[in-house]
Amino acid sequence: MSTTPILEVTNLRVEYHGANRQVVAVNDVSFSIGEGEIFGLAGESGCGKSTVANAIMRLLKDPAEITGGQIRFKGRDLLALRGEELRRFRWKEIAMIFQSAMNSLNPVMTIGSQMVDIFTTHEGLSVKQARSRSAELLRLVSIDPVRLDSYPHQLSGGMRQRAVIAMALALEPSLLIMDEPTTALDVVVQQEIMAQISDLQRQLGFSVLFITHDMSLMVELSHRMAVMHSGRLVEMADAELMFDSPLHPYTLSLMNAFPPLTGPRVRLTGLSDSVRAADGSAGSCSFHVSCPPDLANCSGNIPDLREVAPGRFVAEHPRTSIEGTAA
Amino acid sequence: MSVTTPSETVALATPDDPATAPASGRRPRRGLIRGILGNRKAAFGAAVLLLFGVVALAAPLLAPGNPSLITAIASQPPSLEHLFGTTAKGQDILALTMHGARTSLLVGFVVGAAATLVGLLVGVASAYFGWVIDDLLSLVTNVFLLIPGLPLLVILAAFLPPGIGTVVVVLIITGWAGSARVLRSQALSIRSKDFVAAAVVTGEHPLRIMFREILPNMASIVMSTFLACVIFGIGAQAGLEFLGLGDASVVSWGTNLYWASNDGALFTGAWWAFVPSGLCIALVAFALAMVNYAVDEVTNPRLRTTKKGRTRA
Amino acid sequence: MRFIVRRLAFYLLAFWVSITLNFLLPRFMPGDPVTRMFAQAANKMQPHQIEQLRQLFGLDERPIWQQYLSYVQNIFTGQMGVSISRFPTPVSEVIGSQIGWTLLLGGTALVIAVVIGNLLGILAAWRRGGVLDSVFPPILVFVGSFPYFWLAMAALYLFGVVLGWFPIRHAFDAGMTPELSWTFLSSIATHLFLPALTIVLVSIGGWMLGMRNTMIATTAEDYILMAEAKGLTNNRIMFRYAARNAMLPSVTAFGMSFGFIVGGALLTEVVFAYPGVGYQLLAAVQGLDYPLMQGIFLTITAAVLVANFLVDIVYVRLDPRVRVS
Repeated sequence: MSTTPILEVTNLRVEYHGANRQVVAVNDVSFSIGEGEIFGLAGESGCGKSTVANAIMRLLKDPAEITGGQIRFKGRDLLALRGEELRRFRWKEIAMIFQSAMNSLNPVMTIGSQMVDIFTTHEGLSVKQARSRSAELLRLVSIDPVRLDSYPHQLSGGMRQRAVIAMALALEPSLLIMDEPTTALDVVVQQEIMAQISDLQRQLGFSVLFITHDMSLMVELSHRMAVMHSGRLVEMADAELMFDSPLHPYTLSLMNAFPPLTGPRVRLTGLSDSVRAADGSAGSCSFHVSCPPDLANCSGNIPDLREVAPGRFVAEHPRTSIEGTAA
Repeated sequence: MSVTTPSETVALATPDDPATAPASGRRPRRGLIRGILGNRKAAFGAAVLLLFGVVALAAPLLAPGNPSLITAIASQPPSLEHLFGTTAKGQDILALTMHGARTSLLVGFVVGAAATLVGLLVGVASAYFGWVIDDLLSLVTNVFLLIPGLPLLVILAAFLPPGIGTVVVVLIITGWAGSARVLRSQALSIRSKDFVAAAVVTGEHPLRIMFREILPNMASIVMSTFLACVIFGIGAQAGLEFLGLGDASVVSWGTNLYWASNDGALFTGAWWAFVPSGLCIALVAFALAMVNYAVDEVTNPRLRTTKKGRTRA
Repeated sequence: MRFIVRRLAFYLLAFWVSITLNFLLPRFMPGDPVTRMFAQAANKMQPHQIEQLRQLFGLDERPIWQQYLSYVQNIFTGQMGVSISRFPTPVSEVIGSQIGWTLLLGGTALVIAVVIGNLLGILAAWRRGGVLDSVFPPILVFVGSFPYFWLAMAALYLFGVVLGWFPIRHAFDAGMTPELSWTFLSSIATHLFLPALTIVLVSIGGWMLGMRNTMIATTAEDYILMAEAKGLTNNRIMFRYAARNAMLPSVTAFGMSFGFIVGGALLTEVVFAYPGVGYQLLAAVQGLDYPLMQGIFLTITAAVLVANFLVDIVYVRLDPRVRVS
């Protein structure tokens, strides 16, 4: 993959201010995405992965706040963008596909007018020009352009999600953030959509930040991936490599959460429901509950990522032995 | 009539989905009451209500005797002797206002309680039994909601024998539908929760389910409906009496205003004749509304005004 | 379409209930009021007028179902008897000559209150904790706590009697003949100002807070987040995405609260001696004019039902999801 990073997130920290307590949702997270690269970010619900996405889009609002770190996009400091500058930047450079297409489309506007306003706002096109551009986009995701005049509730779930993808590609952004784009869809439609995204990515060459809890889906699509737990990255590596030989116990349990369709039956190991004690202030490791018993020596907080082999990072305690560093 | 009519509180009390309140499951009471006690709006409202309650109860002591009796020179502006002045007939307005509080608050709270009770019975029955009963009760509720209140009040009050009893009955007839609608939608969302289904499956008695399972989860909405109904009761009573449809011999804030208007207080410049009673109605209604918003804020945190300013970047 | 038909059927039902209520009240209430009315008014009436009123109020000997049928028939042909207080004018004529003023006053006040109230609500929700969000609501709730008629009295006293800025009674200057001239229209406007202002002041808070709360719920929706991610302008997100959706419950509330606002407007007319049906209602109450009271009740009910039906049609235009189902 190309190595010029297009997005660089360094030491990102996001906190939620509650009435009586602070919760650190994203804690010292760093990663980068190269040009044309598909980068996967996996983790269970509530681990902070969507917060990372919203932080990049600068969509976080009260009570969430970015309290540390840097986000650079093509060398620009995203956290310094203000008002009009920020508005112009959004969608033009980075577009985002939200979890549920049903909820992310305005129910009282037609698909067409929700696409048209992208062009009229960002490129100053006339409504007529914008409509013909929108029609092209719909064709790109194989939807009949007559659907421009349909309302979201008149489309099927898969069609809605494809319409959202079409919208995301409208301004040919260099980075596409997909926050669990297929969670709300059934498996067949899910496959169709993923295939389509993968086609489009090859055609248009944009980079992707792909967020999901579905490890197998992620491995299929991503070049590199990272696993997130309790607001921390626990492992980051080449996708295939990580899938074949996960180093961190959490990665392993996350992968095992989805049973393989073939092969011998194995007992599923679930993810424990750990209460996130934010910055470890509760005195115990916010991760230890999820560890298989043989790693009982793990205590304290989740450590920083350490490069254990070229391009291979894992959050490990010096004491933890790493087996099978098959790089 | 005042602004917070029972039907308008639909929008105020349940702005998004009626499920917000019971979402916290089955721990309704303690948090609600503690939250309300700590709320500034509620504290203000409660203090005002308490003050009026004390004055109403103590009126015979504070202003002994029949307040309607003519005891002074007519149309005197406020003075040390008559703090609120006197009416065109020579009655003491302070005494009229304090005694008026008794009737107005009594009617308001009786109407509020009764209208809420009727609304609650209809709403919960509607939600629990569903099907035909729900359709029927909803239809009746909606018809009553739709028929304009004041003209209905007028024809009902005109045909019934005049008196406080009539006013109360008429106000309950016209006021229950608003609360029934709010309470039904709330009860409906609780009805669909699993713990109610579980109670049905284990064969609990319908009445027990309605009162032991569903009702306790509706505490906050019942409370705010009640407050809205009291506001409605006090305001509508004043309106009826102002039109001359009450019992003009009973002293209440509404009849005080009726007499003030009849005696031409507006044109003789006797502002003191109509200001006290109207201000009292407004203060009580405002205090009730404040408590109501406090209930809302406590049960629906999203409505709280955050100090930290802007939502958008 | 099915939605509209169902609503229409519902309104017809509601109207039927009102007619039936009107029919039953004088027949099942203790007979005194009607007898009193006849005792007072019979000497000035023609025999056929007395006969008509006897039929309307159930003092004839026919079986009740026959009375009912002819009653309904009478109502639909606009025969609601003669007015006692404005004898010998028929009730329908009395109402017909006044309903226009009520519609003018109520309509003007309603439109102004709804537009301004909702705009304030939208802006307050958009800037949570801003000046609009923290200063306006308590003030408006306080003003809204006054009875309509009391605020009308206060405004009349202050601006009409003491300051003399505005006329204090009627809908236009005495001695003027209605015509399409600048002086006449401006006279109407100055007479309309104070009564409309008081109605707006009392009702605006409810609109503002209702809109604010639905708007807050709406801004938490994903499509608002997406609109923001799309880099749309603030105004477009606020109006086309957030307010456009938050409006829907507001429109329903609009229809529902119509009846209450009409009630407030009627009392306001009484204070300003504004020549609409509300002022007439007072005269009817004082003159034991039961035919007129009932006529006004039915007319206002019909007006409210028609208004609600129009709101439904608007709602269908506004919410595409209702349109298909």
